[in-house]
Amino acid sequence: MKDSLTALCKLSGHPDSRCWFVAWNPSGTLLASCGGDRAVRVWGREGDSWVCKTVLQDGHQRTVRKVSWSPCGNYLASASFDATACIWRKKEDDFECVTVLEGHENEVKCVAWAPSGSLLATCSRDKSVWVWEVDEEDEYECVSVVHAHTQDVKHVTWHPTQELLASASYDNTVRLYREEDDDWVCKATLEGHSSTVWSLTFDGSGQRLASCSDDRTVKIWRECQVGDEPGTDTVGADLNWNCVCTLSGFHGRTIYDVSWCHLTGALATACGDDGVRVFREDPTSDPMQPTFYLSVHVPKAHSQDVNCVAWNPKEAGLLASCSDDGEIVIWCYQLEA
Amino acid sequence: MGTVAQFVSQLAAHLASLSGRRTALVSRRMEDKALEVYDVIRTIRDPEKPQTLEELDVVSEKSVEVQELGEDEYLIIIKFCPTVPHCSLATLIGLCLQVKLQRCLPFKHKLEIYISEGTHSTEEDINKQINDKERVAAAMENPNLREIVESCVTEPDD
Repeated sequence: MKDSLTALCKLSGHPDSRCWFVAWNPSGTLLASCGGDRAVRVWGREGDSWVCKTVLQDGHQRTVRKVSWSPCGNYLASASFDATACIWRKKEDDFECVTVLEGHENEVKCVAWAPSGSLLATCSRDKSVWVWEVDEEDEYECVSVVHAHTQDVKHVTWHPTQELLASASYDNTVRLYREEDDDWVCKATLEGHSSTVWSLTFDGSGQRLASCSDDRTVKIWRECQVGDEPGTDTVGADLNWNCVCTLSGFHGRTIYDVSWCHLTGALATACGDDGVRVFREDPTSDPMQPTFYLSVHVPKAHSQDVNCVAWNPKEAGLLASCSDDGEIVIWCYQLEA
Repeated sequence: MGTVAQFVSQLAAHLASLSGRRTALVSRRMEDKALEVYDVIRTIRDPEKPQTLEELDVVSEKSVEVQELGEDEYLIIIKFCPTVPHCSLATLIGLCLQVKLQRCLPFKHKLEIYISEGTHSTEEDINKQINDKERVAAAMENPNLREIVESCVTEPDD
């Protein structure tokens, strides 16, 4: 294996607690992290290293589980075990809390901003997925509460170009949602994993979705278009996504996160065996039955479980990861020369 | 030719005994580690009764299995036997085991906790919850649950 993943920088992200998640802003210049210390931190580059620019400490009463940047980069949303999601507006190096989204019955596990910038999704242990609309006056309104999953919903993510939402759950399924008659409804249930699905990521085109699970596999799903005419309105038609590839035998324990790089197509995973892995697609394989190979494996990427991996959206090969040990590592992924 | 054959068979026997000895050493080390783990869990108090998990036979030395994961890292598998078939109590005991081991084990480890097979009707559901670290973390942020767990795991001289 000549491809390499080199650690550039190690940050003591959340001292004495877990770092649960990291997210790059759309311009790739800032990294937001969050953790068990109930804080959100924003890191910026200073020369060759990264420094903490902001600490948002008083927004939540419990663990902050995930963060998500708005497409314009001016807002940051945080999801917490305190059953709320907080929206923060950026003002130079500081952020102010503009609103608190309440309504979930218990822990909010994820918040995700849609590419349009006017929609957000949240999900919770209360088994529901909420879709929120935001207008030009920064007013947030819940437009749908969807009870499709039968258990704790771990993750939500939006399609990169269409108004399609995906969710992952403790009930071992992935669900897809579309808006229909002013309400969001579940249009497909993807079954296949034999345990909790922890995370999801769409590829750059949105044609494929990767999911990772407690069953120690990654599955690649692709939409099947049977007799579809271009331009046909598909509202009302159920979506049909099939599993076209399963990556098994690579991970020693639960896979907590998976991230698809929209610049290079590389797929990174965060595993409970402390390792970070990067997979690449075999360019000669059939797109309908793709094969992926293990490009790099760093077995001791962290000293404890890796909870998150995130590719920088602007700088190819730049990857961030974070762990139960509270540390954040910035990596440089390079293909063999 | 005869002496070469003799030499080879002696060498093979020697290697076999060395490998056998190494296996014996490794299992001895696993046994020692298992006892270390058992020492941490046996004093956990039952959430409902004033006795320890050991006294109630919820755990015994046989409950702990240790496997080598790598250099100085071990996989610990615990199988416990809840006293009553009550679901929430079983989950609570699982939570106590998670918390105490996370806090007290001095060596690097990964943990799996299960209800002994056949001791509970919803054991798969309970096992899944106990081993979901996000659920465990959230449960420990619930003040009521946290208080109960603390009262079960805290040693008198802590």
